[in-house]
Amino acid sequence: MSDDRQNWPLFEVFIRARAGLEHKHVGSLHAADSKMALEHARDLYTRRMEGVSLWVVRSKDITASDPDDADALFEPAKDKIYRHPTFYEIPDEVKNL
Amino acid sequence: MYTQGLDALGDESLHLPEEELAELEARFQAKIDADEKIEPKDWMPAAYRLTLIRQISQHAHSEIVGMLPEGNWISRAPTLKRKCILIAKVQDEGGHGAYLYSAAETLGISREQMVEQLLSGQAKYSSIFNYPTPSWADIGTIGWLVDGAAIMNQIPLCRCSYGPYARAMVRICKEESFHQRQGFELMIQLSTGSLDQKRMAQEALNRWWWPSLMMFGPSDANSRHTEQSMRWKIKRFTNDELRQKFVDATVPQAEFLGLTLPDDALSWNEQTEHYDFGSIDWDEFQRVLAGLGPCNQERIAARISAHENGAWVREAAMVHAAKQAERATRE
Amino acid sequence: MSRTEAKRLYPDLGQSERFRYVLRLADTCLILGQRLGEWVGHAPALEEDLAVANISLDLIGQARMLLSYAGEIEGAGRDEDRLAYLRDQNDFLNLALVEQPNGDFGCTIVRQVLIDAWQFELHTWLEESTDQRLREIAAKAVKETRYHLRYSSGWLIRLGDGTDESHARVQASLDDLWKFTNELFSADEIDVLAENAGVAPRLSELHSRWSVRIDEILNQATLTRPVDVPYGWFGKRGEHTEHLGHILSDLQFLQRTYPDVTW
Repeated sequence: MSDDRQNWPLFEVFIRARAGLEHKHVGSLHAADSKMALEHARDLYTRRMEGVSLWVVRSKDITASDPDDADALFEPAKDKIYRHPTFYEIPDEVKNL
Repeated sequence: MYTQGLDALGDESLHLPEEELAELEARFQAKIDADEKIEPKDWMPAAYRLTLIRQISQHAHSEIVGMLPEGNWISRAPTLKRKCILIAKVQDEGGHGAYLYSAAETLGISREQMVEQLLSGQAKYSSIFNYPTPSWADIGTIGWLVDGAAIMNQIPLCRCSYGPYARAMVRICKEESFHQRQGFELMIQLSTGSLDQKRMAQEALNRWWWPSLMMFGPSDANSRHTEQSMRWKIKRFTNDELRQKFVDATVPQAEFLGLTLPDDALSWNEQTEHYDFGSIDWDEFQRVLAGLGPCNQERIAARISAHENGAWVREAAMVHAAKQAERATRE
Repeated sequence: MSRTEAKRLYPDLGQSERFRYVLRLADTCLILGQRLGEWVGHAPALEEDLAVANISLDLIGQARMLLSYAGEIEGAGRDEDRLAYLRDQNDFLNLALVEQPNGDFGCTIVRQVLIDAWQFELHTWLEESTDQRLREIAAKAVKETRYHLRYSSGWLIRLGDGTDESHARVQASLDDLWKFTNELFSADEIDVLAENAGVAPRLSELHSRWSVRIDEILNQATLTRPVDVPYGWFGKRGEHTEHLGHILSDLQFLQRTYPDVTW
């Protein structure tokens, strides 16, 4: 029963619900190929809303950062506070900033 | 990505010195206490991982098996509108199973393993789906009581500590509200209809009431896992708390329908401001859990049949995909 | 001049003929939707349970719209449920193909491809029908049909060009079901009158387009197209195989047993 020829690989699903938004990860599903994965994603995740765009990616093709590396990867960004808009004080009279 | 944890299942703690392990557990518990979410690749105690795998996969299996008692009436729904509603509901249940299998897979178990566990009888699913649906009124009763009970359980889970499970539950809860409403609406039709329809509704209620109460699990005194699960925020309320909440919500609904709940001991308690109710037959519950309920065999047989009859289809799809991939590289 | 502009140049379709024509489309959707509903909970994979349920829902939805319209044309107060639940089989006008048993998944897929390809050509044409209601219904249905055809043809290709076993199974199903396609394109008086009124397409034209599409799919699926045979079942004339009786006794049971109540 755990024959590889019967077990469909795992795909991750991303949906953009409306134009203007990014694709969001909504979950995963099994399919034999990407065309099937797209159809399954449509049946599973867009029954109640017209998703504007669907992406399916084989789970094994995703490279994820390791939580243990979070310090090295993300701490330095915390120092560089000048990247955040709240770092700068702009007088209230100035609009559109 | 998510299934790579498979080989390392529970291993992460095995080779660590005690001090380090204690520190990891303390940090983990602190996250939970601060209502932060645990995500798939975060460190977690092996017991937390295994408890979640068991709980989520059981939940998924319940959705899948649950398609069968209701699917039984798709071909015979008495109006086209009811037929569409029922197909949509059963389809939703399948979808919920898929979301939950998906959440469980982030913990390092595969869909194949979970299916194997279900079909071999190793994994459990909610006892309620081992009861038959001999009448159309059962469809209304299931929506009203079984989905009602499920919602009570599921809403708190939207805040559970494990990210993928919580997110799956949010999605499920959004879809679930229509299930209970359509069931109750069906019961309104029957209980305000002809004598035959009223009898049908009462008879179904007589059969589903006690099993619905059993859905909340053993009483707190007999529930081993509750305390730890609550500390890990996998469980937010105790079995008895939820069961009481369910009774309190449902009694007025039954009164509205003009139906009688099959419990002579049911009465409003002025002091506690809750309904007192009769004792549950825990022997029946244990029998059903042990595989001796009315439909346990049939449910599993149906799932085994679907799986085995579909093997050649799944295989063909994989072989075709491989052929396509090979052609693509040759071009 | 578009067909709709030219409408006043077409002979009118009689009420009784229009009723029968619409009923044929409605009943085909209804019975096929009913058959697909049998798969729910038993499909080869959970994802296919959802896909088949989706198609079933779409078809029953189309059936409801068409049945309601048919009832309006008839003008005898019969709504979608009175038509679905209280007619006997002689009055059902579905194609014989859709009442055939599901068989294995491959058999269901073969039946689905044959119908989806037909419905796709039909709905595309009906968007230009002189019948306004059919235009509206077709405009909505064609989007669903496009998806159904994509799904079913995708599966036929996987199964035809899959393993030896899957290929043998679907070839056998195709050989068995092919004779029922005869009815799809054999024009009778209703078809001719509807065509003359600009309501319905010329079946021979529909046949050519359908044929090209089917050939493409069968080719990709490495399947052999069976030879056409003259075959006498004309479900669209109310002449049914033994299967419809059983389908109806399931479908209609509650309304027949408890007449005149609200569900």
